[in-house]
Amino acid sequence: MFIVRKLGTKSLDYLGAMGLMGVFLVRTAFYLVTPPLKLTRVLKQIRFIGLQSMLVVVLTGGFAGMVLGFQGFYSLSRFGSDAFLGPAVGLALIKELGPVIAALMVTGRAGSAITAEIGIMRISDQIDALELMGLNPHRYLVVPNFLAAMICLPLLTAIFDVVGIFGGYLIGVKLLGVGAGVYMGEMANYVEMSDIMEGVWKSLTFGIVIVWVCCFKGYYTGVFSGYGAEGVSRATTQAVVLSSVLILVWDYFMTSILF
Amino acid sequence: MIRIEDLHKSFDGNAVLRGVSLNIRKGQVLALIGGSGSGKSVLLKHLAGLLKPDQGRVLVEGKDMNELRGKDLARLRIRLGFLFQGGALFDSMTVFENVAFPLREKTKLSNEVIQERVFKELEHVGLAGSEHKYTSQLSGGMIKRAALARALVTDPEIMFFDEPTTGLDPVMGLSILRLIDDCHKRLSFTGVIVTHEIPRVLQIVDRVAMLHKGVVWAEGRPEEMASSNDSVVQAFFGKDMDMHEEVSGGRDEKV
Repeated sequence: MFIVRKLGTKSLDYLGAMGLMGVFLVRTAFYLVTPPLKLTRVLKQIRFIGLQSMLVVVLTGGFAGMVLGFQGFYSLSRFGSDAFLGPAVGLALIKELGPVIAALMVTGRAGSAITAEIGIMRISDQIDALELMGLNPHRYLVVPNFLAAMICLPLLTAIFDVVGIFGGYLIGVKLLGVGAGVYMGEMANYVEMSDIMEGVWKSLTFGIVIVWVCCFKGYYTGVFSGYGAEGVSRATTQAVVLSSVLILVWDYFMTSILF
Repeated sequence: MIRIEDLHKSFDGNAVLRGVSLNIRKGQVLALIGGSGSGKSVLLKHLAGLLKPDQGRVLVEGKDMNELRGKDLARLRIRLGFLFQGGALFDSMTVFENVAFPLREKTKLSNEVIQERVFKELEHVGLAGSEHKYTSQLSGGMIKRAALARALVTDPEIMFFDEPTTGLDPVMGLSILRLIDDCHKRLSFTGVIVTHEIPRVLQIVDRVAMLHKGVVWAEGRPEEMASSNDSVVQAFFGKDMDMHEEVSGGRDEKV
């Protein structure tokens, strides 16, 4: 009986948290489309989420493309189809790896920092101070992150894709001897606009997932992860893990249902 | 000015406030005292509208804090000042930026006017010359002073102080109390001070309310409270209390 009660309480807690997360998203969407918009905060967050994530995105994009170049070449050459290395690398990056890896990189680099920053503001009463100044903390802290992520994620993914394709080119063409014209020409033949849009939609929604989870975990640090430094640390870990899992789960649903 | 009616609040089934009723008149400064965990800070957060009561209401100028929403609540809050126990300064900003923040966000004043008002306020709290420092470069007393400057820069009509001297040495604590007294004389705000700083705080307040067992156990002028026969009040005030220790004098402390 005790176990059933415990299980029931836990389930209700999870349902409550999910409901609160839903309300959080709806509130954010409402503030996103109603003025005033904190433009300077949006620009600051674009710099933080976008510009400062570029190095890690370029690095991972380059190496992901290079690995794809190697693996793609050895797999395709077994069937005598190494001429299709370009489309194989391009499609894998544009439709799948680009949006997912770029989103995971942004989660690790910017998402964790967003949770920690908002979490520290929560436990040190800075969010209450904002509220007492007559400011809406949601509008001031959460909305700029949402807007910045929605702008930056597709752009970072595009950078990831381009660098990745050149990484694959470097391995396939310069190292393994696939013709440069074949690599680029076949890619142009097989990669369609709908493939590119699939990547854009994915990266846009991944951006929303990242800031939704990371802002929520920071905003409710005291409620769901405890107070103090330990609470912030736990909230940050939860935010990164949950965002990463949700990105992959949402990626599956988008791929299987929407496309 | 502020009227609290039968306020109840519980956290996870633990009743903290069990029917608090209190009146604070305009221009009056009230000290809210009581043992640790008696619900003083919880009551203060209700007054500022940061917590919603389970039952009862808080009326500020006749308006129920619990029923105010959106712009109405924001409009009232801009007239309030709150000094948090830890200061709650924005740690990514300098002292100047912190104090200028409410003016930049909530007024349409020009940069020159904002700068002038911030420098004036920093001078009032004895922080002239520290405007470019970050919170991590400030001492405990300086943080309280900077937070006080930020709370006062909008000329609030109502000020709430949550344990303004906690964590400070006696000299610094005395200095902060003097500062609050000076500011009250200058701005004539209505104030509530949550404190353990007895007897020194009694020098700068008009009334004292003691919270005990979730209700206002005793309330009155400082002298009345000090001479109370109630055993709970006596235990808190102490028999050998010297109420005449000088607080309202000149500043003798440099940060």
